[in-house]
Amino acid sequence: MTNPIGPKAAAASGAPSGLATDRQDERLARDEGIGGAIASFRRRVAGGDLGSLPVVIGLVIIWAIFQILNPNFLSANNLVNLSLQCAATGTIAIGVVLVLLVAQIDLSIGSVSGLSAAILGVGITVAGWPIWLAIVVAVAVGLLIGLAYGLLFTKFGVPTFVITLAGLLAFLGLQLRVLGPNGSINLPYDSWIVQFAQAWFLPPWLAILLAAVAAAGMFLSDWLRARRRRAAGLSTGPVSLMVIKSTALLVVLVVAVAYLATDRGVGMMFLLFVVLVVVMNFFLVRTRWGRAVFAVGGNVEAARRAGIKVNRIYVSVLMLGTFFATIGGLLASARLTSASLSSGGGDTNLVAIAAAVIGGTSLFGGRGSAYSALLGILVIQSISNGLTLLNLDSSIRYMITGAVLLLAVIIDSLSRRSRASHGQA
Amino acid sequence: MSLQAQPVEQAGPVGEPVISLRGISKNFGAVRALDAVDLDIFRGEVVAIVGDNGAGKSTLVKILAGVHPQDSGTISFEGRDVSIHSPAESRTLGLATVFQDLALCDNLDVVSNLFLGREMGGLTLDEEEMEKRSWELLQQLSAKIPSVRIAVASLSGGQRQTVAIARSLIGDPAVVILDEPTAALGVAQTAEVLNLIERLRERGLGVVLISHNMADVQAVADRVAVLRLGRNNGDFMVADVSYEDIIAAITGASDNAVTRRASAQAPGGRAGDAEPGGPPKVVEAAKDVGRTGTEHPDAGGADGRHSTEEGRQP
Repeated sequence: MTNPIGPKAAAASGAPSGLATDRQDERLARDEGIGGAIASFRRRVAGGDLGSLPVVIGLVIIWAIFQILNPNFLSANNLVNLSLQCAATGTIAIGVVLVLLVAQIDLSIGSVSGLSAAILGVGITVAGWPIWLAIVVAVAVGLLIGLAYGLLFTKFGVPTFVITLAGLLAFLGLQLRVLGPNGSINLPYDSWIVQFAQAWFLPPWLAILLAAVAAAGMFLSDWLRARRRRAAGLSTGPVSLMVIKSTALLVVLVVAVAYLATDRGVGMMFLLFVVLVVVMNFFLVRTRWGRAVFAVGGNVEAARRAGIKVNRIYVSVLMLGTFFATIGGLLASARLTSASLSSGGGDTNLVAIAAAVIGGTSLFGGRGSAYSALLGILVIQSISNGLTLLNLDSSIRYMITGAVLLLAVIIDSLSRRSRASHGQA
Repeated sequence: MSLQAQPVEQAGPVGEPVISLRGISKNFGAVRALDAVDLDIFRGEVVAIVGDNGAGKSTLVKILAGVHPQDSGTISFEGRDVSIHSPAESRTLGLATVFQDLALCDNLDVVSNLFLGREMGGLTLDEEEMEKRSWELLQQLSAKIPSVRIAVASLSGGQRQTVAIARSLIGDPAVVILDEPTAALGVAQTAEVLNLIERLRERGLGVVLISHNMADVQAVADRVAVLRLGRNNGDFMVADVSYEDIIAAITGASDNAVTRRASAQAPGGRAGDAEPGGPPKVVEAAKDVGRTGTEHPDAGGADGRHSTEEGRQP
């Protein structure tokens, strides 16, 4: 569309001059510099846009309590264990975040992850496949299951709640069938997938290098965005804030990495999980597909009328949900060096869903972030790990995890109400 | 019929209609929602489609928007016959529809909503270009949106309507269809939307305005097409037609509760040959018109205030 009235003309029309296009409305609060950034952050929180703040605060409290109760909790050894415990279920939770974003649910992630573990176990021991082939087959089966869910949902309109509930039972059955009469298969300990999950750690220099790359990448991306915005005549944040942000990230990462390195270091499996989170976040925030996912979750009818191929979005998201369940199942069996009847059973399903919700992804669609999988699983596994250190029974563990999930949902509901009263529902 | 419906071909703007409907019919089960309806839309013209509840206005809009295709009849766009089977086809043709429910994603910000389904950028989204273009578009429309990076949920009704109309312009359409754009708005906001409609006309767009509000119709429309019980029931140039004639075409009778009320207040009103119309329908029309009649002076006042405000801008 050609535009006769550019920003310059608008600036000449009496709006305060020298301001970026998006800062000219006199009703906007002016937040300049670092003080302004802090002020606008406080306003956001007061307005109910909590972001990941409650989770981070919650995590700090949980860690403090467990450290007081058991000084081993924050030891490097235990934190390395914690990171490895997070990876498998956390990967499943990434898929849950995606499915929740389009306001659907996948209850069969546990069974699908168990099935992929069974395929891996039987493939490499009974059938004698190479590991890569077993992984390919497991992933293919996972994607097919997601495709079937997607087609059932989009063609017949069956609620995903019901489809995946059926899938939960059916794929549990298939898992038992694949495992055969033994019901438990041990993976060879020297296979690379088990080594990857259990024994491969980043050397400290590489871990610190990666931390520096991550911080530099964040600064570069902020700086380039600021440059593009300035070129487009839009407001930019102060450079000092960018420096502070990326320096803070660098310090946190280097301290964490250096501390973990006093034990075994950063596990490859945990790194894979974090990379998957970052990649998914990129796709959600920076691509058309991600924008469409949020639109479908926010108002599916609006998305359809905007020309988004809503059915493709549903199918792709449900397929990604089962894909991440498959990867999580493979990681879990590699870490436990076995595929058994209990793979993906027990509380896997609910822990993965709870992680996504605790991390801040709304159950009602359209709100959330890939990072909620990372934060949520850290909270849940910290509780579980801490209670195990205290020698508490799993009965108590379940009850406490349930209470934390309830608390997270209450915070979500309260912040939703606060958003409503601040006109941002 | 008691009306002297003027054929469009004589009164409308010269030139070919950008879109032309002929003999459009649509059934929902046993209900005949539209029966051989004709409609022409010209560039640079605001045509209002009016009619009572159930007259088929929304069905006609949905056919144009590609929500559901007609059962019979032809649609031609710039002279060639077309069929509209999906919303995407409607948009590709150059028809932009703003539905009454606006169809905005509350969880997304203004920029995301404006460019939803047609985002700019290559592999990744070009947020800066989209934000810049959003500001340009909103400034062209003299829209008053404080920030394009806030969620649409936090905007007022008029601002949301503005965003929805601005969004319809992103694809450079030939025709914009507005379904009840002022139904939920206050006086000043209504005036803003009416100004917006005039700006669309100045840009050479064909505008279809579905409205119950006769004050709005008379304020901005060039032509009024009346639907009654799924059929064409008159096509008037607004300049040549009286309020009573439109009401008569809507209700199907020139002697009805509305005109009787009007003539009681202003003696010497027209009396035409009555046609039987169901009493409930007439009462309903009366209610409707009574409301719009009282709103009219207010809307005019707000309009005037707004144009002085606008005068400060080039």
